Amino acid sequence: MEAAVLTDRFPRTQVLASQDMPTYQVAGEDLVETVRFLRDAQGFDLLADLCGIDWKDRTPRFGVVIHLLSTTHKEYVRLHVGAVNDAVPSVSSLHPGANWHEREAFDMFGIRFEGHPDPRRILMWDAYPYHPLRKEFPLAGIEVPLPAADVAEVTGQTVEPAPMMGGPFVSPGGKMSEGEPSALDQSWNEEKPKA
Amino acid sequence: MGGCPNLRQTTMVKSDFGYNSKVEGEVIVTRADAVVNWVRSHSVWPMPMGLACCAIELMGAGGSRFDISRFGMEVMRFSPRQADCMIVAGTVTYKMAEVVRRIYDQMAEPKWVVAMGACASTGGMYRSYATLQGVDNIVPVDIYISGCPPRPEALLDGMMLLQEKIRQEGGSLKRTFRGRTVETKIVR
Ligand code: SF4
Repeated sequence: MEAAVLTDRFPRTQVLASQDMPTYQVAGEDLVETVRFLRDAQGFDLLADLCGIDWKDRTPRFGVVIHLLSTTHKEYVRLHVGAVNDAVPSVSSLHPGANWHEREAFDMFGIRFEGHPDPRRILMWDAYPYHPLRKEFPLAGIEVPLPAADVAEVTGQTVEPAPMMGGPFVSPGGKMSEGEPSALDQSWNEEKPKA
Repeated sequence: MGGCPNLRQTTMVKSDFGYNSKVEGEVIVTRADAVVNWVRSHSVWPMPMGLACCAIELMGAGGSRFDISRFGMEVMRFSPRQADCMIVAGTVTYKMAEVVRRIYDQMAEPKWVVAMGACASTGGMYRSYATLQGVDNIVPVDIYISGCPPRPEALLDGMMLLQEKIRQEGGSLKRTFRGRTVETKIVR
């Protein structure tokens, strides 16, 4: 598919630099129509992936990346879309496979998908107060109560920050590469008596 | 039959070894604890709490190659009401911790817990916001098995260690049930 096919039809769409597949920045208002056009007119009939991104310092801070595959032309296309007020239109009405991906992006980043039929968390429990893949969230976690109050009462257990020292992502000094996940020792504590 | 005192005993030949059959006949004297524990240790009914990759090795231990039934614990039950040993095989997330504890509570006394592998024992390599750092935070664990995953032999070794532990338990006729001590009566 030529880039002009998309940019002519949706003038707000921009071509982004990419090393592997054609990549476009799509405006939120155009997203559903773009995906519909790609599916129905251009043969991009399979939603291969949908994920959230936290850009940290950019505006808009959150974004969604969609990979579409054409099973007839054997071609991929990647769509970037920025979140407006942390919200992005849902494409799960066009590709049912997007349903759980969007729930995961909501769970991990707090991106709301407008028009999603079932906008609940999917990995963490419903009452969990944070979105763990946001940049400011510590890998070790933040203390909150266990999801089940009766189990918490019997065991005295809470969801507590995990010990980091000695773990796989902790550098014992020195600087880790920027490209790797890394963590500081935040709460190493072996004094807690076990049940 | 020459030099075997045990065989002679069973055929009621008078012997200088073992029990004095003139006095005791076919009676064996022991402690109730020892008998009860012996029975329990050879009929462990595991509840396979398979939560991650360790469960694959647990299945391996149940298969013909490693054959857990050699040790009298092949009757894996997926209902906690029919099991007395929970083998926690895998990563326990905080979301799953509730379920693990509930299933433990539903198992009938006496019951034991085996933490199989690094994850169940300590959280393993998952030092993150989502993973319970050791199932012993929510249920009492009897045996910890190291490894990621432990080989089936290690599981069998751990289970035999559990049998050893069961055999040494005292007061096996007494149990606490909802805060009360209940004593099992032996009917003669
Ligand atoms: S200890 Fe290793 S093999 Fe076992 S559940 Fe954890 S990661 Fe998987």
